[in-house]
Amino acid sequence: MGRIPLVLLACGSFNPITNQHMRLFELARDHMHHTGRFQVVGGIVSPVSDSYGKRGLVPAQHRVAMARLALHGSGWVTVDDWESRQPDWTETVVTLRHHLQKLLGQQPSAADLQMPHSSLEGSSEPPQLKLLCGADFLDTFRVPGLWRAEHVEELVGRFGLVCVSRGDLQADRAVHESDTLFRHRHNIFLVREWVRNETSATEIRRALRRGLSVKYLLPDAVIDYVREHQLYTWQSEQRNKDAVLRPLGQQGAPSEPLNDS
Amino acid sequence: MDCAKKTKLVLLSCGSFNPVTNMHLRMFELARDHLEDTGHYEVVKGIISPVGDGYKKKGLIEACHRVEMAKLAVESSSWIEVDSWEGRQADWQETNKVLRHHWEELLSREQGTDVVGTVKAGRKRKRIDAVSISNKRKHGKMEVAHKGLMHKTDGPHLMLLCGADVLESFGVPGLWKNEDIEEIVGSYGLVCITRSSFDVDAFIQGSDLLWPHRHNIHVVREWVANDVSATHVRRALRRGHSVRYLLPDPVLSYIQERRLYTAESEQTNAGVVLAPLQKHAGNHG
Repeated sequence: MGRIPLVLLACGSFNPITNQHMRLFELARDHMHHTGRFQVVGGIVSPVSDSYGKRGLVPAQHRVAMARLALHGSGWVTVDDWESRQPDWTETVVTLRHHLQKLLGQQPSAADLQMPHSSLEGSSEPPQLKLLCGADFLDTFRVPGLWRAEHVEELVGRFGLVCVSRGDLQADRAVHESDTLFRHRHNIFLVREWVRNETSATEIRRALRRGLSVKYLLPDAVIDYVREHQLYTWQSEQRNKDAVLRPLGQQGAPSEPLNDS
Repeated sequence: MDCAKKTKLVLLSCGSFNPVTNMHLRMFELARDHLEDTGHYEVVKGIISPVGDGYKKKGLIEACHRVEMAKLAVESSSWIEVDSWEGRQADWQETNKVLRHHWEELLSREQGTDVVGTVKAGRKRKRIDAVSISNKRKHGKMEVAHKGLMHKTDGPHLMLLCGADVLESFGVPGLWKNEDIEEIVGSYGLVCITRSSFDVDAFIQGSDLLWPHRHNIHVVREWVANDVSATHVRRALRRGHSVRYLLPDPVLSYIQERRLYTAESEQTNAGVVLAPLQKHAGNHG
């Protein structure tokens, strides 16, 4: 059939992982299958390391553990803690490069991809790795100092994006308004999530702080874990309160924002 | 302040549950948090009551499946149950009738005359208070009697849990009888979860029927939009799209094993008039 084997990688805080995160994978897989060109063979959740410095970020070991609990019954999405174990914050493209290398190196071994070997057989195409994200992610390219231009180029040119967004046109506009993104528009797959489902991790942390129920927004096993370890309190939300987000600190002199409209 | 005794509440949710989704379940959780946060209430039970097949809604699959899926959905809940009475009735039951049925059950249990059990098991209904209620009903004093009973008993109060769309539907001609709305908001009470697009307060303000009972209508603001509807889930299933994480896994497995929700099942009752509209034909609400 000649479909390209595809793995979807999602980077993020996963603080905590939610049903909404897992929905992104499901929506993306359906979409990419329906293009007729791809066979999604795996998904990877890669929680960011603690040195990211985001406000309210609880220790990576917990975020990884919760993601593993959540994806326990998934069948195709796994959790990878490589990024979380790095000594410093890792740029997105570095994480992508790491996983692609792993993927290509493992090509003969389907077991690692948790798919029957037959799904890789018959495909003469080498597997691809694309970044799975939400529409907000595309807007981050415009934040001064956050991205290096060459990284954006590599991200959308060499890897590609699968971007899940609501029925609005936010993602389309972001692609339209950036020459770099526009040039690689065929490698940016926009997936529509028609129903509003805005229950974010931020909202969930807020509910947890206030002793409100979050049942049915994330798996019971994750809720139990949060309770057992008493994560997500007013105190935990104060973490990194005055810190500078690591990517902004690291890039040194602010580079040109992606102001190529 | 904490000397005041808290009123015990049971929340009843009627609807198609075609199928039950995480959104339905969230409604219970949001309602309980809101009501208990007032400090006046203790929510002791939630009841999901899937509508009977006689409702004749387009795409409505058999009640037995909808009841079974709801049961699977609440397996992990410590306080939400499923009641199949409404689903087992051959004819469609008006919402206030379902409320009455569950109120009578609650009462008879409070009287201690009922067999110990849950609403899940079929059991004999002790008709002592039910008879006195039906007698009063015959004399047109039913609403007063209900109100009186509600306040007299130490037992739990029963309220209807619903989305703002149900409240909005009170305005649809022919769908509700005024006296039924009166009974629901007067004798029982409403817990209404809003979707931010609909201004519930303005709606109540503008309704002479609802305004007198505004203190019996609890509006729960859902700050974060969660529009995952059963309609959306059915559409996705028809198209072979994943609905994982929109509804509990055991419900999803049930659907997949039996291949419920196809293009064919969506045609059920196509062209048939919805039962409440049939029944109230000629009533101008």
